[in-house]
Amino acid sequence: MTMSVEEKLGVNKFFVNEGKPHIEIDPNYPDMKEKLKLVKACPGGLYKLNENGTLSFDYAGCLECGTCRILCLGTVVKKWEYPESTMGVEYRYG
Amino acid sequence: MSEFDAIIVGGGLAGSTAAYVLAQQGLEVLLIERGNYGGSKNMTGGRLYAHSLEKIIPNFAEEAPVERRVVKERISMMTENDAFTIDYHSPRLAQAGSDSYVVMRGEFDRWLFDKAEEAGAMTAAGIKVDELIVENNRVTGVICGDEEMRADVVILADGVNSLLAEKAGLRKRVQPSQVAVGVKEVYGLPAKVIEDRFGLTGNEGTAWLFAGSPSNGLVGGGFLYTNKESISLGLVLGLEHIGESEKTIEEMMVAFSNHPEIAPLIKDAKLLERSGHVVPEAGLSMVSTLYGDGYLICGDAAGFCLNIGYMVRGMDLAIASGEMAAKAVIAAKEKGDFSSATLQSYKTMLDESFIMKDLAVYKNFPSFMENPRIFNQYPAMVSEIMAEMFIVNGSPAVPLRKKAMKHLKTVGLMNLLKDGFKGVKSV
Ligand SMILES: Cc1cc2nc3c(=O)[nH]c(=O)nc-3n(C[C@H](O)[C@H](O)[C@H](O)COP(=O)(O)OP(=O)(O)OC[C@H]3O[C@@H](n4cnc5c(N)ncnc54)[C@H](O)[C@@H]3O)c2cc1C
Ligand code: SF4
Repeated sequence: MTMSVEEKLGVNKFFVNEGKPHIEIDPNYPDMKEKLKLVKACPGGLYKLNENGTLSFDYAGCLECGTCRILCLGTVVKKWEYPESTMGVEYRYG
Repeated sequence: MSEFDAIIVGGGLAGSTAAYVLAQQGLEVLLIERGNYGGSKNMTGGRLYAHSLEKIIPNFAEEAPVERRVVKERISMMTENDAFTIDYHSPRLAQAGSDSYVVMRGEFDRWLFDKAEEAGAMTAAGIKVDELIVENNRVTGVICGDEEMRADVVILADGVNSLLAEKAGLRKRVQPSQVAVGVKEVYGLPAKVIEDRFGLTGNEGTAWLFAGSPSNGLVGGGFLYTNKESISLGLVLGLEHIGESEKTIEEMMVAFSNHPEIAPLIKDAKLLERSGHVVPEAGLSMVSTLYGDGYLICGDAAGFCLNIGYMVRGMDLAIASGEMAAKAVIAAKEKGDFSSATLQSYKTMLDESFIMKDLAVYKNFPSFMENPRIFNQYPAMVSEIMAEMFIVNGSPAVPLRKKAMKHLKTVGLMNLLKDGFKGVKSV
């Protein structure tokens, strides 16, 4: 029954605004502590640390919780908006 | 002349309640929600205490999409493999007036949003408000894309991440120390299986909170709620120290769902959804601006949430504050004055209600919870004492008093007394 976090997100309903990220980050942000906060805390597991110490991030599975904004807006997180009207995650259960 | 008496931003419980109450009194209101339907962006652990909605829509549970009525409360202290559980089962929990229901917001909020529309509110789902219009220090409307809409008053019910209040300078940015992140998984199972696994009949439900290993040393814990045909399982984790945790939230979620206490309960279940949301946790100290010229703030956006360890309450506060915001607007409309001086009646109503009173009673609780012993040492201590009590392996018996003392000393008797005293004082 082990599902990866990507597989788990795969059961959700998303309307992805292709090419228009609602969150933008600085993947090369120097302070490792800041980057680790995001890797630890994002409930979508969308922030991943690469071997070279940079961050990779995919906005497509975003649950719009705002955690990364609260933790790192102004450091790693450069922009955080809600997705455009009608876009993003749609909870059928919630 | 404004187009509307009131514009309400956010079709969650606070916003839809406000719109419903205003529309019922015949006011011209517009309820705006960025998701495609009320509730499509919202998540909660599970349990709605009925009292506040009951006053507005009597017997709501008969028509609303509620899951199960809670008759069973469980609290567990967990270590990696052990669990010590308190189980309280009573029909008193389900009595009218003190009843509570497990809800799923995608369905429940949608119902309330539609109720507001039926009552006469104009609703706009799938529309994001980008900004508030502020003129001469007074909120006069909202901007959505390139459209401007005006109202005598704007009610902000846009949730814990109220970007609108922040942008307009009405509220400071939320701090990591004031909130927790919640993650939840909904597991589908036939009703019969759920009833058998939890010892429930009919529409009875269980609410279950977990302290100890689930939060892996962070302030927080696990939760489980039984729905009609699914189980909601999740974690709430304080953000202040999350960067120092050795596990990611996903690793903690996997460990929790594989815990020997949990795994059999979700065996053969199908994952239906994975969600995330932030919980305001700082109680009274996080409540900020509540009203001003032309605006009111209610629900999570105002910081109205109580997390006191063995229970989380935000939904009943969101509903009651939405109702009070609506009543303040009705009074302002009668006077024809929407200035802060008139809207202050909102604060007066809040102060006299359970919202401010309960927030005041539990105001020391958030700082008490920051004590790491609560989440690490106490669950371990309880599990060791239980092991000493119940494990028989042929070695000579030691009096229980001695067995327990050994483990109490590990934590430190002074600490135990101090924490016990502080804990009792904070609740
Ligand atoms: C994991 C977890 C467990 C919880 N457990 C419980 C529990 O068991 N019991 C309990 O009582 N409480 C619980 N809570 C707290 C409770 O869920 C909240 O207090 C409650 O949801 C607040 O309702 P609200 O209407 O104020 O805000 P929300 O439900 O957040 O609604 C805000 C609405 O505004 C909309 N919105 C935001 N910005 C815009 C914009 N710019 N334009 C248009 N629309 C916008 C959103 O889409 C959303 O619909 C829990 C919370 C979490 C996260
Ligand atoms: S908003 Fe939440 S889910 Fe989305 S990227 Fe940030 S932390 Fe992850």
